[in-house]
Formats: sequence, C-alpha cells, structure tokens
Amino acid sequence: MPEELQIYAPLLPEIILALGAMALLMYGVFRPETESEAETVGWLAILVMIAAAITIVWYGNGTVRLFEGAFVDDAFARFMKLLTLGGGAVALMLSFDDFRNLRIMKFEYPVLVLLSTVGMMLMISAGDLIALYVGLELSSLALYVIAAYRRDSVKASEAGLKYFVLGALSSGMLLYGSSLIYGFAGSTNFQVIANAAKGAEVATNLWLIFGLVFLMVGLAFKVSAVPFHMWTPDVYEGSATPVTTFFATAPKVAAMALLVRVTVGAFPAIAMQWQQIITFIAIASMLLGAFAAIGQTNIKRLMAYSSIANVGFALVGLAANSAEGTQAVLVYMAIYVVMTLGVFACILSMRRADQAVEEIEELAGLARNNLPMAFALMILMFALAGIPPLVGFFGKYFVFMAAVKAGLYPLAVVGVLASVVGAYYYLRIIKVMFFDDSKEKFEPVRFKAGAVIAAAALIMIFGVIWLGPFTDYAMAAAQSFTFVK
Amino acid sequence: MVDLAGHYLPIAIFIGVALLITAALMIAPFLVAVNNPDPEKVSAYECGFNAFDDARMKFDVRFYLVAILFIIFDLEIAFLFPWALAFKEIGVFGFWSMMIFLGVLTVGFIYEWKKGGLEWD
Amino acid sequence: MGLEAFFFYIFSIAAVASAILVIIARNPVHAVLFLILAFFNAAGLFVLLGAEFLAMLLVIVYVGAVAVLFLFVVMMLDVDFAELRAGFIKNAGLGAIVGGIVMLELIMVLGFQSYSSQIIGNPAAPAPLVTDNVTNTEALGRILYTKYIFFFQVAGLILLVAMIGAIVLTLRHKEGVRRQSIAVQVARTPETAMEIIKVAPGQSVFPKNEGPAE
Repeated sequence: MPEELQIYAPLLPEIILALGAMALLMYGVFRPETESEAETVGWLAILVMIAAAITIVWYGNGTVRLFEGAFVDDAFARFMKLLTLGGGAVALMLSFDDFRNLRIMKFEYPVLVLLSTVGMMLMISAGDLIALYVGLELSSLALYVIAAYRRDSVKASEAGLKYFVLGALSSGMLLYGSSLIYGFAGSTNFQVIANAAKGAEVATNLWLIFGLVFLMVGLAFKVSAVPFHMWTPDVYEGSATPVTTFFATAPKVAAMALLVRVTVGAFPAIAMQWQQIITFIAIASMLLGAFAAIGQTNIKRLMAYSSIANVGFALVGLAANSAEGTQAVLVYMAIYVVMTLGVFACILSMRRADQAVEEIEELAGLARNNLPMAFALMILMFALAGIPPLVGFFGKYFVFMAAVKAGLYPLAVVGVLASVVGAYYYLRIIKVMFFDDSKEKFEPVRFKAGAVIAAAALIMIFGVIWLGPFTDYAMAAAQSFTFVK
Repeated sequence: MVDLAGHYLPIAIFIGVALLITAALMIAPFLVAVNNPDPEKVSAYECGFNAFDDARMKFDVRFYLVAILFIIFDLEIAFLFPWALAFKEIGVFGFWSMMIFLGVLTVGFIYEWKKGGLEWD
Repeated sequence: MGLEAFFFYIFSIAAVASAILVIIARNPVHAVLFLILAFFNAAGLFVLLGAEFLAMLLVIVYVGAVAVLFLFVVMMLDVDFAELRAGFIKNAGLGAIVGGIVMLELIMVLGFQSYSSQIIGNPAAPAPLVTDNVTNTEALGRILYTKYIFFFQVAGLILLVAMIGAIVLTLRHKEGVRRQSIAVQVARTPETAMEIIKVAPGQSVFPKNEGPAE
C-alpha cells in the first residue's frame, strides 16, 4: 500500500464490503440466473463479511479520525461493527433455504445486504452529521428494498411501502434537526458541536435543544423505540422471514450504536436534556413492548414487540450516561442479537408441506414431535424473559445495575416490572410447546437453521463462562467515550 | 449578494412580461368569447354511447423504471458540473475522486444494461 | 423595502400558496403541477440566497425528473380520490387541532429567541464572497470532491443502491419476447443465413410429415 493511502487503513473494512458488493453484482449479472449461482453469491458475500471482520480485528488499534473527524474508528466502533457483521452474516446464511422455497433466490439479495451493511458500518463510525445521514440513508435505502423483496406478495409490498414512507419522514425530521444544530454550532462535526455546546447559557438554547429533539426522533424511529415504533410489527410480519431476521439484528445494532455516538459523542454538555428523552422512550418502549405483545397470535409480530421492548431495555443503559451504562448497552445488544438469531432460526423451521406457518398455536405440542427444537426454543424464550442463570438474564442485569448506579431508580423499577410482564408471553410459548395438544409435525429442521438454533441455545446456557472477558472487552469499547456528568 | 437582484433582474422582468401576456390571453376568452354550454355539448362523445368510464388509462409500471433510472443519471450529471468548473483547482485527487464515483455508477449501469432494464419488453 | 425583500415575499407567498394547493387540489395531476410551481419558487428563494447552483439543481432534478416521476406514479395508481377525501374530511378536524397546537408551541417557544446571534462556531466552509469572483458552483466544486470526498463517494453508493433497488422491485420481463440482437444480425453471412436445396421435380422441399401446416 502506498504511503499516502496508508492513513485510510481504518476504512478498509468498508472498502472491502463495498468493492465486494460491486464485484458480486458483476459476477451475478454475468452468470446464468439460477438458484445455485445465487447461493454461490450468497456464500461469497458471507466470505466478504468475514474478510471485513478480519480486517477490523487486524488493523483496528486505538482511536483514529479520518476526513476531519467524519469517520471515527475506535474500540466502540469495532465492537459494534463486528456485532453487525456477525448478525448480518448469520441472517444472510439463514436466508438461502427459505428463499429457495419462496422461489425468490436471486443474487441481488446478498448484494443489497452487503451494501446495507456498509451503510450500517458508516453509521457506527459516524463522527459528523452528514456522515450520519449518508450512512443512514445507504443502509435504510437497501433495507426498504429488501423489505419488499418478495415483491409478488401484497403483504411484503405493503411492508416495504410503509417502511419507506415512515423512514423518509423520519429522515426528514433528522435532517431538520441536523440543520438546526448546524445553525447553532456552525459545523456538522460532533466534536465541534460538543465544544460549542459547552457553557452555561447554552443549556437553555432552545434551537440546540429543538435540533437535538428532532435528531432523536429520527434515530428513535430507526431503532423502533416507542412512540416511533408503529412500523415495526407490520414490517416484521409482512417481509419474508429471512429479511425480518436481518432487520431484527444488524440494523438494530447499528442504529443503537449511532444513538450512543450522537448522544454521548456530540452532546455531552447537555446530557440532562437527552437523558430525559432517552429515559422517556426507554420506559415507553419497555412497557408498550411488554403489554402489546400479550395479545399477539403471530410469532413474527410477537418478535416485533419483543424487539421494541428489548430496545427499551438497551436504552436504559444509555440513559445512565456512564461507562457502565454504555458497556451494558454493548453487552445487551450482543446477547440480544444471539437470542434473536436463535428464535428466528426456529421461526424459519416452522414449515409444513413447504409452507411457512407463523401462528404461535402451530407450535402446540412441539415437545412431542421435535424435543430438541422445543428444548432449544424453550432456552431461548427463558433467555429472552431474562431468567437466570441464562445469559439473557445478565444482559438485563447489567443494564439495570448501570441505571441504579446512575441513580435512575424509577427507570430500573419500571424495567424490572416490564420484564416480569414480558416473561408472561415468553412463558406462554413454552406452555404451548410443552402442554398443548400436539399438532401435525413440522418438516425436519434444516442443517443451517438447526446449527444456528443449537449454537444460540448453547451460548445462552454456557455463555456465562465467557461473560467475564466479554464484559471487559465491552468495557474497553465503552471507554472510547468520555462521559461528562 | 447586493448585486444579485440586479443580476437576475432581466429574467425577472422577462418572467413578469410572460405572465402578463399569458394572463391576458387566458382571461380574454372569459370576457369576450361566446360561452353557451349544455350537458350534451360538454360531455365526451363516444360513438353515440354515453361514456363508459374515464378516458384516462393506468400507466405502465415500466415508465416508472425508466424515469427512476433517468433521475439517478441526472443526479450523476449534477455532480459533474461543479467538478468541471473546479477541475483546475482540485488536481489529481479531485480527478480520481470523480473517477471512482463514476466507476461505482458504471458498475450499476452495466448491471442495469445486462439485466435488461433498458429494454422495453 | 428593497428589491430583494420584494422578491423574497413574492417567492415565499407563492411557494406557500402552491404548497397548500398541492394538498387541496381535487385532481392529483393538478396537485403535481402545483408541486412543480412550489419547486420553482423554492428555486427562486435559493437564487436570492446566492445559492444559484442549488437553484438550478432544483429545477433540473426536481422539476425535470422527480416531478415527472410523480406524474407517472399518479397516473400509474388508480387512486379513488373521492374515497380518500372522505377520510380526509373525517380526520381534518383532529389534524387541524394537532397541527395548530404544534404550530402554537413552535411560535411560543421560538418566537422569543433570535436565531442569528446564537451561532457559536464558525461555518466550516463559508460561501465565497461575491467580490472573490468565484461562482457558487465552482466554490462547491472546490470542496466537494476533495475535502468532502467521503460523503461524495457514499453518495455514489447510495445511487448504486437506488439503481439496484429500482430494478429488483419493478423489472419484469415478459416470457417469450424475441429481442433484437444487433451483433447477431451484423454477424450474419450468406452461409449462415441461406441454405441452397436442390429440389427434384415433383418433390417437396420439406421432408414428409414436416411440411408447413395446411
């Protein structure tokens, strides 16, 4: 690599992904349009993701700022990027079998997933409002397309359209907020904004706070936090299940990382103001996620509400505005991704006569037909409910401890209450599987989905062993930020 | 900024005159033309039948594809204008910067061509 | 009142009026036409701000392409506007109340603060003065491809995604359409195109049972 280009080394993972996506696009379009070629493209895309992950581990060192601070590579970014890549790659792998079934196995899907991942990684590394916006748009635009990827299905088209219209609205709000902030600080750079926001009279500057609020609205939409969650159940239900799997993992992680970066990175001086907002949306998300999920009969909708609640729990950590809080967010998101992948692998395995079934009732008596799958799903549900000693419990534990340490007792209490309510519907699924009258058998679980289910369940059981080193790693990542009380 | 209005004054006057003439031509018929409508006169004529339905037809979705591909390349060209004007200032770096940008879009163009997005059927 | 202020009010009143007409126009095609008018007025405002390149971009991209796309979409969807209107009237009261409250809040909160005096930082890339003899477009060009190369390249990727997305979602090929292949046509020679068959008297060119249908 020539000397001048050496400084761009931290961008290498993104460059690899982008070039890989374009190369695969060319490969795909010049090869015959068959399902096996499309699957080859899919596997190659996973390889590209692995290559990007390796470069992150290999080159990542310390904190590097490129393009006048628009691109930040630090331990936090690397942690979240690895998580995004992992979630994205597994979700992509799970898509192959199901897409073959649905007859929509095409090479564009892996390419779009790769490009969307580039956008997410740019979001995670954003150190500038414009970088935030372009990253967000790059990832969202690809997501809108894959939401409607099953284009012959009315529901999927509806999902894509809803997601797109509401996403465009939230982007508009985000841009409006950004322009107010730019008007205040004269710069879009997070560090400059942070410096400009210091000083006593600034805390009451309504323009800045308005800008912040609009920015938060846009970001809350992307993480699907209440009250900007309305799209989530419809999009989760309408999209093809592998697409939903992807939606529930990688973009969530990236949007959460972006939220942390904006609040802690750009507005440490007015932490009080954004803490209020985060506290409110955390409480609202936890409660709505818990109560609205009770009445659901479709398991994809249930997972949508579950993801809303989980975002609420993760936001509790952010509201703490401390290194422990951010560490808790990181640990929580990592555990959430594993649990979600496991559950969605189970949902993908709910098939009868080559047709996917999505009602919770269809799981009835699964324990008698397929005990290993029922057992694994039970473990995952217990983990989601946060029952010790499963790893899922520790995610919630860290988050609540961080909130208590920061003196946010009400938040912690509401969180515990919400997880108790949430436990009800997770346990209901277990009850349906083990105690209800047996329904017809599902088709045998496919190898890829089975491997993911088994791995996720095993991590939930035995993950405690590695929890210590893992939380240390998350702590190191969280300390990329300086926290101002 | 000060002479900006002066800069565009000829255009503003031009638009003003154009508006005036158009308005005059559009308003004049209301004042002077014979206007004596009845339902039979203003309804659509369809071979002696009453009109079955609206004469407008649904557009084919393929127009949409053509239009959106046009917009994308329209934007690409919009990026080329400032580049061409500042070409001397930005040097080799600016040149390659644009070449990479064009390269990315060329990949898209090859995809769209090979995929048959530019063909009608 | 200076000339600029005069034009500012003309453009902004026309922009707001046409924006309102976009919403209340009965005919969707008229709504799009009013949208175009709103774009034109916004372009006029950009000119007043000295952002001529953006003004021209607005005309080229939004009026020239986006509005055309909107027209296509309006003509593509067979929307029953009477039905939509019924929903509109049903919800108009509620919408007006919510909108009014938000508007009041904004006025109350922001009316007391002056905006310009509170800018703390310095603009990262200030617009060149008119006296510098640098046009707006050139000023953009000087920084867009070098200083802001990162955003520029990501914009390229976004356009790529848009292209792929449009094709993935809307491209459909009819089965069994025979397309013109110019390369094949040009490459034809008499040898590949013709076959000379000697026909014996009283015999068909076609072998038995393979003749053209009667």
